Amino acid sequence: MNTGNSAISRLKGLDYSVVQQCMHCGLCLPTCPTYTATKMERHSPRGRISLVRAIADGRMDLTKTFAEEMYFCLGCLACTSACPAGVNYAEIFEVARSSAEESGILKSPKRKLIRWFTVKWLFMDLRRLLFVGKLMRLYQALGLQKLLRGSGVMKLMPARLQELESMTPDIPAKFSAGLIPVITPARGKKRFRVAMLTGCAQDLIFSEINRDTVEVLAQNGCEVYTPHNQSCCGSLHGHNGEWGLAQVLARRNIDQFPPEEFDAIISNAGGCGSHLKHYHQFLADDPAYAKRAALWDSKLKDVHEWLARTGLTPVPARNVMPQKVTYHESCHLAHGQKITVEPRQLLRAIPGLELIELPESNWCCGSAGIYNLTQPEMANALQDRKMKNIQSTGAPIVANGNSGCLLQLINGAKQRNMKIRVVHPVTLLAEAYRRAAV
Amino acid sequence: MGLDDKLIGELRALVAPEPVLTAQEDLIPYSFDGTAGLNTMPGCVVFPRSTNAVSALLRWADRNTIAVVTRGSGTGLSGGSVPTPGCMVLCTVKMDRVLEVDRKNLTLMAEVGATTQSISDAAGAAGLFYPPDPGSMKISSIGGNVAENSGGLRGLKYGVTRDYVMGLEVVLAQGEVVWMGSKCVKDVAGFSLKDLFVGSEGTLGVITRVLLKLIPKPKTKKTMLAVFPEMEKAAEAISAIIEAQIIPCTLEFLDQMTIRCVEDYVHIGLPLDGAAVVLMETDGHPAVVAEEAARMEQICRDHGCTSLSVAKDDEEAARLASARRTAFSALARVAPTTILEDVTVPRSELARMVAFIQAVANHYQLKVGIFGHMGDGNLHPTFLTDERNHEEMERVEKALKEIVTETVRLGGTITGEHGVGLAKKPFLKEALGEAQLRVMRELRRALDPKGILNPGKIMDL
Repeated sequence: MNTGNSAISRLKGLDYSVVQQCMHCGLCLPTCPTYTATKMERHSPRGRISLVRAIADGRMDLTKTFAEEMYFCLGCLACTSACPAGVNYAEIFEVARSSAEESGILKSPKRKLIRWFTVKWLFMDLRRLLFVGKLMRLYQALGLQKLLRGSGVMKLMPARLQELESMTPDIPAKFSAGLIPVITPARGKKRFRVAMLTGCAQDLIFSEINRDTVEVLAQNGCEVYTPHNQSCCGSLHGHNGEWGLAQVLARRNIDQFPPEEFDAIISNAGGCGSHLKHYHQFLADDPAYAKRAALWDSKLKDVHEWLARTGLTPVPARNVMPQKVTYHESCHLAHGQKITVEPRQLLRAIPGLELIELPESNWCCGSAGIYNLTQPEMANALQDRKMKNIQSTGAPIVANGNSGCLLQLINGAKQRNMKIRVVHPVTLLAEAYRRAAV
Repeated sequence: MGLDDKLIGELRALVAPEPVLTAQEDLIPYSFDGTAGLNTMPGCVVFPRSTNAVSALLRWADRNTIAVVTRGSGTGLSGGSVPTPGCMVLCTVKMDRVLEVDRKNLTLMAEVGATTQSISDAAGAAGLFYPPDPGSMKISSIGGNVAENSGGLRGLKYGVTRDYVMGLEVVLAQGEVVWMGSKCVKDVAGFSLKDLFVGSEGTLGVITRVLLKLIPKPKTKKTMLAVFPEMEKAAEAISAIIEAQIIPCTLEFLDQMTIRCVEDYVHIGLPLDGAAVVLMETDGHPAVVAEEAARMEQICRDHGCTSLSVAKDDEEAARLASARRTAFSALARVAPTTILEDVTVPRSELARMVAFIQAVANHYQLKVGIFGHMGDGNLHPTFLTDERNHEEMERVEKALKEIVTETVRLGGTITGEHGVGLAKKPFLKEALGEAQLRVMRELRRALDPKGILNPGKIMDL
């Protein structure tokens, strides 16, 4: 399959079906983090759409500035929640980025190398990612990290590298395959058969969240299928203009998890889920996969959504632990998947847990996939805003349902010496089940 | 006129370190506002941060005879802030502070670019109330509201932006800064110049600060939703409420097409079965609210309303009002181009006007969504079309013309709250007559002799 033959023509094809839907009322502006920070229309959803439309109309060429603008967008999709006209900004944005990639206008040796390493090599095969993860763990376990940080050698490195090094996550001792059996039987009566997607970065950094998710699913009547050697969902590729690679990964996932065989396919990362629910968009022109992709989309459920839909097994009020928790919404869970009520319901269902609403809870934390690596300045500003809001709640625990955000919050807390626990809602639920079972 | 490199260089020096936008990628997003089908490239965009900066920019523009189009958040619906070719867009969004809430005098002072929402919030935080609530209030700037004399859902009882403007700081065309008005409830010293600038759409000067009147927050409110089997019946019920001398805070009307689009966006269970829905809100003293609500309910039932529900709390009431505010944008779900009308008729003529709009839409085979602030006679029939379909656009033009003519015949006005800008300019003479238009031209020439302020808007000179 070609990568959309001419992505630019696809961008032109978007023209009036999607782009014209924007009637530029401006209601997206106050929800857009980049507009709010800069007050410049170019950095707003309707501004970006007007540029896409200008290209589609032939009034403007696909310029470098345009391509850079598309990467300045966080892709948080807050605008899609604010848009009464129902503009499909996600599609406009992905097609615009893939057009930009295809035009080659952003090419530079450094960018090419970084993109090849991350998007085309590292995240195309989980074994490579886990191998790199093991190296990182070794680096941390042998005390090299401590040694380097303590020795002051790091201070000789360029500032950006120092910053990046400080962001490296702690790698757990075991990945998902070491924690979760391929088949986990339902506890009690079996009501459903579901598949569990362990993700790539999620598996590498937050394998325990995967284990907790499987545990909670089993507790809620699900037999859970969790094969080893899973693939990346392809969101990184889709959001970064690699349409063709996103298609490869979509097919690979559909093959590994035949949607006909499961009641649901479960994702526990908001960003991945948002992409995973739109495989049909990527495979609509592929006769062998289009139908299955549509079925896949309908079976794909975020874990909060699935538990709310099937009815949560109540947590017995035994060994209740009083705890104050605030909830930060992952953009792609809240805006991409419109799942806002369910995670809060789940948290409130935990005996002893008091949920304190977070100001601007659905405002991006600046993680945004690899945005914090590519646009550090904006990402840091957003992280700062988020951490201040978290601090204002006084809650010592912040819950969130997406690995990118979790990492961003952990780093944010570390840099500010904030003593807060950053945790997935499902982990809090799993702990509550465990306490009650003692 | 026209901005060459030398002039841009001067301008950059003048506003440094603030940027002067000149790249096409920066200008295209400023080539339109919230109005459909209007699009013109400016020459540059600047973002003053102070009255002094605005003054310096106008002195420079006057000296070089450069057209200046003032713009807030660009949500206008008559093309008032659409650039003229090659102009300097003076964008006020960086002058966005609420400067003072004066609890002793019940006033609020804000910079021109402060959002309506931030003003409403600041008033609310002080236990006070700023009633005007245009549909775009989450992002619209107070300067834009004043310049277009915006209305909103509460116009019926509380009036429009003009009714809350106590003072304005304005920079005149040659750069002179003038303060008009005061914190005094009574003030008749000379002509009320501030009133001349309310609704002047950036053609007489650039507003830089606004002094607003605040009022006590109503103690309680009740919000109801009534469903009608026919549009005319809903319109008759609204006329009957006014005739019964009830002035509720809000009396909004939405036809089925509009309500479907809105529900499609908000998913709050709006009734989809009737031909029309009326949103009513009464506020004030609890006893008065209870009595008014009961009387309105009775009037609706007498006029054939099939169901009536009451919002159970403030949160649900706010959701309903906020859903209504999205009506115009939500209609874009049906068609790519939404041509919005703003005709307003005496309230006794509502049923007749609604029937007429329906008939015209049928005659020209056009899709139309009708909603509006029926309680104050202000209707927003919105044609759902596609600007690339020239044949259909011609029919839309014809339909609009007929609607305007009928409005004027019924003693109405061509625009209730959106302003004239470019969109209503062709109809102004028909609505006002030659004499009024001449006086307006003379006023404009007196204040802006070189014609640099928003040229081509409202009327040609």
